[in-house]
Amino acid sequence: MNAMSHVQSGNAYNFGFLDEYAKKEVRRAILKAIAIPGYQVPYASREMPMGRGFGTGGLQLTLSLIGPDEVAKVIDQGSDDSVNAVNLRQFIEMTCPGISTTTKTAECTLIQSRHRIPEQPLTSMQIIVLQVPYPDPLVVVEPSEDKRKTMHSEADYSRLLVKLYEDIVKFDEITISHRYPTRINGHYVIDPSPIPRWDVPKLNDSAAVILFGAGREKKIYAVPPHTKAEPLAFSDVPFQVEDFRDEKGRRRACARCGCTDAFLDEFVADSGGKTWQCSDSDWCDAQLLPAKRLQGEPA
Amino acid sequence: MTPPILQVEGYGKHFQLHEQNKLIPSSHNVNFTVHAGHLTALIGPTGAGKSSVLKGIYRTYLPSAGRILYRDALGHEVDLALAGEHQILELRRREIGFVTQFLHCLPRQATLDVVAQPLLTLGVERPEARQRAAGLLLAMNLPQRLWSVSPATFSGGERQRVNLARGFIAKPRLLLLDEPTASLDPKTAENVIGLIEGLKAEGTAMLAIFHHPETTRRLADQVVELAPPPAVEELLKEIA
Amino acid sequence: MNKILEVRNLGKIYGPGCPQCIESTGPDADTNLCPHCGSVVAIHDVSFDLFEGEILGVMGESGSGKSTVVKALYFDQPPSSGAAIFYDRDKQYELFALNAAQQRWLRNHRFGMVYQNPHLGLNFNISAGGNIAERLLMSDLMDYGAIRERAKALLARTEVLLSRVDDLPKNFSGGMQQRVQIAKALATQPPLLFLDEVTTGLDLSVQARILDLILEIQQELKTAMIVVTHDLGVIRLLAGRAIVMKYGRVIEAGLTDQILEDPQHAYTQRLVASAL
Repeated sequence: MNAMSHVQSGNAYNFGFLDEYAKKEVRRAILKAIAIPGYQVPYASREMPMGRGFGTGGLQLTLSLIGPDEVAKVIDQGSDDSVNAVNLRQFIEMTCPGISTTTKTAECTLIQSRHRIPEQPLTSMQIIVLQVPYPDPLVVVEPSEDKRKTMHSEADYSRLLVKLYEDIVKFDEITISHRYPTRINGHYVIDPSPIPRWDVPKLNDSAAVILFGAGREKKIYAVPPHTKAEPLAFSDVPFQVEDFRDEKGRRRACARCGCTDAFLDEFVADSGGKTWQCSDSDWCDAQLLPAKRLQGEPA
Repeated sequence: MTPPILQVEGYGKHFQLHEQNKLIPSSHNVNFTVHAGHLTALIGPTGAGKSSVLKGIYRTYLPSAGRILYRDALGHEVDLALAGEHQILELRRREIGFVTQFLHCLPRQATLDVVAQPLLTLGVERPEARQRAAGLLLAMNLPQRLWSVSPATFSGGERQRVNLARGFIAKPRLLLLDEPTASLDPKTAENVIGLIEGLKAEGTAMLAIFHHPETTRRLADQVVELAPPPAVEELLKEIA
Repeated sequence: MNKILEVRNLGKIYGPGCPQCIESTGPDADTNLCPHCGSVVAIHDVSFDLFEGEILGVMGESGSGKSTVVKALYFDQPPSSGAAIFYDRDKQYELFALNAAQQRWLRNHRFGMVYQNPHLGLNFNISAGGNIAERLLMSDLMDYGAIRERAKALLARTEVLLSRVDDLPKNFSGGMQQRVQIAKALATQPPLLFLDEVTTGLDLSVQARILDLILEIQQELKTAMIVVTHDLGVIRLLAGRAIVMKYGRVIEAGLTDQILEDPQHAYTQRLVASAL
């Protein structure tokens, strides 16, 4: 049987941990998700050897897509080195013998990410899988899933827009910092997972396939390559990304690499003051190299 | 002579009270005509069904018998006893006015607007409608300080003047008047009589019930005397 | 005058229904509960026409089915039988043959509803202005500034203080909540408005002002309305024509003043006699 052939001798687990039937179901759901951009496809989320909420949805997608020649990268909040990212990467390495892993965005073919899309533009050779805690953007305005499904099918998102309206009334701007509701291909509005607003424009017309997996909520959805992704906004109050300006109106730079065009994380420095650094660690490293080279050169 | 605007033939009205299982006769076999520019007065003792005739024509009552032939502005003849509700509403809006002794109006509407209302529904601009309303209220001797308040709190005489002004303002083709001068002081009553004469001269056909025989004598071109309807037993015999 | 709505043989049965439902219920049977199968015949064989700019009163006691009529027409509860045609400009819609999306479109764009219970018509978790914005957003107005201006204009028209545009409806008085509901219903300037017991439970003075407002709006915008009420005073002030319902059936229809002064049906006579 085909399913058996993937079992590696000396390994108690099937390649990719999931059995072939589970992978097949997830792949079918992925194909459907790609065929109906932004539509939440239900699937039978499997039990994984880790708690739900630790990326089990994304992991099932990754494990269903991964082949022996894949180069995988795992990111958590932009970092390859956080406990969560390391654990997931090790799990993938352990259950997928033969694959290779990397921290370099440019070198990978498959990315599993929690809450960030890399700064380095992705290519048509890459797939990014985003972990999703809450797949349905309408859940904040409508508790009944039945009614939400009708609202999605009729593209009735007025109540989400009212939330934006109320935001502007109260705060003079749209205050949604992450999970920004985004309309895909002119119809379905998705919750793009807790990526910052900074990453939302990367969904639009992306060269790479963008997949979303919610393990606990058992949903898969997708933004296929070169598909329109529009964050909800008003014609006179357009969507804006974080601007990282200081009090004087200057764009803050990364304290480590000096870059001024990446998403920054705010830290409390040892001195007690605030400091800013690239959230994407691979990007930061990449910027650092030429910077060091520059510094090393004689004036 | 031109054909009458209104021709009532064999009008009858009785009320069937289901609760008490009773038949109450109100009007019986009433016949008369009303012509443009003329006033027909209904007279007769209390209980002769004078108001019942007016209400039957206006369709506040559903006539029990007879025909109420009305010739509209386009020359078409309509039997008001049988006409559809929307047709009646349209005629009320454009051609037939009714001045009763009661005034139903919005609690907040200024008297001036209450009076101007029939013109507004005909599409007259508000400033002009209000101006014409003011002219009529002036003629009715309604104190100017009352014009901007609602008639809801007015005395009987004041309300009647508002009612009359509203009935007169759109110069209907047929005007039904139910004791229009009953609660007016002599001077105002005299003004109202003048206004009625003016409307008549402009061609309005009128059907009126007056409290004072003297008013009837002065204004009526034609007087129709109604007798109380026969007792129920007689009516039943007739129906059988 | 043009017809805007034509309702024919509208019926609504709650429950399984049986062949004897109809003959065993209604004013003559003195019940709307079928003794054979336990179904409730909420309405049966309700027909009427509504013309542009006209106000039709639907009167009756509780259980008469009067609210069921407007709820069916507003797509809140689908009827069990019957048809309704809505004439809109040069189009006509067979209401109960439309799909859900088409029905929602009509509801949002061409109909308005004001409920007795403001919780049904308003979202209490968002501001008064937000409630109006929601309806405007449903009709694809996407300009924040324009939405805000329109919401303010509507609240001003319905005499809600502009300083309260961003307050939550739960902090409003009952009369004020109804005003916000009316403003919301009018947001898209619908040619047809349903009013279900809108003044019931309000103080008399507040009632009077709401009725005033409704009439002013009807005269200004020429909105056709169906006014459901058990209050004969409301019918007298608002409606040119009225239908009287009992146990789900229309027992009398006519000009409002005629129904109130010369009621034909025993039930209406009793109703009018007890009210005046």
